Amino acid sequence: MNFIVIGVNHQTAPVEVREQFAIPEARLPEATKCLATYPGIEEAMIVSTCNRVELLARTTNGNADVQGFMRQFYGFDPAPFRQYLYEHHERDAVRHVFRVASSLDSMIVGEPQILGQVKEAYATARAVGAVNSQLDALLTRAFAVAKRVRNETAVATSAVSVASVAVDLAKKIFGNLQGKSVYLVGAGKMCELSARHLVAHGAKQIFVANRTYERAVVLAKKFNGQAIPFEQLYETVPNADIVISSTGAPHAIFRKEHGEKFLSRRKNRPMFFIDIAVPRDIDPDMNKLDGIFVYDIDDLQQVVSSHIADRHTEADRAEAIVQLEVDKFQSRLQTLDVVPTIVSLQEHLETVRQAEIDRVRGRLGAMTPEQELAVEALTRGIINKIMHTPITTLKTAARESAEATTVIDLVRKLFGLRDTSKAAQDAANGGKPGAQN
Amino acid sequence: MPLLWLRVAVVFYGVGLLYSLLLLSKQGNLLGKIVEPAVGLGLIFHFVSLVESTVLIGRLSWASIHNSESILAFLAMVVFFIFFAAYRTVSPGVVIFPIVFVLTFASAVGQKPITLTSPLLRSGWIFVHVVLIFTGYAGLFLSFGASLLYLVQERALKSKRSNTLFTWLPPLQTIDEIGYRSLLFGFPFMTLGLVAGSVLAIEKYGPLFFYDPKILLSFIMWAVYMLLLYTRWSSGWRGRRAAFLATCAFVVALGAWAANFFSRTHRFIAS
Repeated sequence: MNFIVIGVNHQTAPVEVREQFAIPEARLPEATKCLATYPGIEEAMIVSTCNRVELLARTTNGNADVQGFMRQFYGFDPAPFRQYLYEHHERDAVRHVFRVASSLDSMIVGEPQILGQVKEAYATARAVGAVNSQLDALLTRAFAVAKRVRNETAVATSAVSVASVAVDLAKKIFGNLQGKSVYLVGAGKMCELSARHLVAHGAKQIFVANRTYERAVVLAKKFNGQAIPFEQLYETVPNADIVISSTGAPHAIFRKEHGEKFLSRRKNRPMFFIDIAVPRDIDPDMNKLDGIFVYDIDDLQQVVSSHIADRHTEADRAEAIVQLEVDKFQSRLQTLDVVPTIVSLQEHLETVRQAEIDRVRGRLGAMTPEQELAVEALTRGIINKIMHTPITTLKTAARESAEATTVIDLVRKLFGLRDTSKAAQDAANGGKPGAQN
Repeated sequence: MPLLWLRVAVVFYGVGLLYSLLLLSKQGNLLGKIVEPAVGLGLIFHFVSLVESTVLIGRLSWASIHNSESILAFLAMVVFFIFFAAYRTVSPGVVIFPIVFVLTFASAVGQKPITLTSPLLRSGWIFVHVVLIFTGYAGLFLSFGASLLYLVQERALKSKRSNTLFTWLPPLQTIDEIGYRSLLFGFPFMTLGLVAGSVLAIEKYGPLFFYDPKILLSFIMWAVYMLLLYTRWSSGWRGRRAAFLATCAFVVALGAWAANFFSRTHRFIAS
């Protein structure tokens, strides 16, 4: 398990440093291939996003000159950046990969993009043949871990942006937003952004009112909505279920008495007011009316930060899952190492058994089917009995002791087994000089 | 045997009760996955119990107070499941499950051999009257539950704190629809049930039957029920005001139920 990760991320390095190391998408296949064929490296993958650059590799003997690769590929010496770089080996590397894929290492814990980015990097690496055996297993496991974390913890469930919190709240009030209408008071950027979110979740009709009517028309056009002259604001607002207000007005435009009128016009059907203006457009007293829900920018922000806090608590649970998965992965990988040896050992003994039966068959003369079966059972039984302990020992050694390779080598030597897996790999790597150095 | 099935049903409804208690005590949605099949099984056993006792006695034995509790609980669960099928949410159960549990529990532990002495109780009209009224009750219970949940959800949204305690609540509008539709659903049953009862009573006791507390309370309940529907239909009353009215209706309904014990004309077991 000779994994190594070297990288920079948003925690260790400022953006000026990260952009030095970033690899544009177009050059990623070339870079990945270059790293995978670098001396001492068997498999490799590179993740490069705006928040992180990760060079992940499996080395031949636990150490490889990744910095040398960086010098060669980037054309500058990474040594001055040493303080920004982190490096993980073996178990720590596995843990790091699991954490990154599960979005526990992200700036906003639980954000979903990173998993997609890692998957893309993996696809690129596969396409250029840079991952095949153990790294492949590591990544496949990392994706499974990410899924488990997402399913078993609430790390990614709560909304952590103002616009998505607004959508969540609207859903808490109206169920789904299908067919709901949204009224934008003011034609600012924030209004537009929130409206876009609501429309993406099914809101249908959009009304826009703005002091400058022309701007209302422009914004309404973007949503296929309806622009409304500002003078008709109070008559038309009750037609909407959700009102987003962000005007530059110095005083509140919507007060409690307006709210009462709206409610009676709407037969008390609920309304949701989102006030993103500072100073506020909506008198907070309106929230006291039954059926009207007013959230200002601070309220939304507060929900956002409490959700972020929740995510951090959930992240602790996720870390525990990751830890467990690292252990599991490690033991699986080690057992995996021993499997080819066991298989070739069994094949070897089976050949010996067959040969011996063929040799004495002449002397046994004609046998009844029962006798054939008995001979078969006898010889198989002897082999199985003898092999039971060595195979168990091999498996345990692989799982538990650090000298697994010594035990495996010893067994191979004792029985004169040819290293089939290595031979196959050599054949596959054919034109890769130095890969086995 | 019917009593055994009823007791099995009580155990399953107990899961529902536990679910409600856990939800209300910050333990979260612990039984969320099993509560629906559990109370569903309870309903099946309950049904088996009712069918068996009907077969044994030869007719639906609503005549003892304990049997009628069981029938009322049964109908409440049926209405609950009708709304569950439409809205896929068990949350009204938070209120319904405890009511159903208490009713079936009382019925299961208190059942005695049924005594039928009043000839009135043998007529088919009574059967129609009881089933209609009870279905009306069931609609009212569900609506009452929904209006309480509406209040809770409204408070939670107004408090503006992201409260993890109430994340299991369905959206406000869904709760509202459940409350209103169950009211609409129950009203015709309640009305026809009262009409059937009145026809019977006039026949037997003449017009004086109105002075009976049971009947008086029943008509008050019907009036509140009507008022609930009217305010909702005409001015869309929701939330606090609707919950207040629904609570009134529920209390009067309980009163009407309890009035059996001191009513002269309306008794389960004629003395």
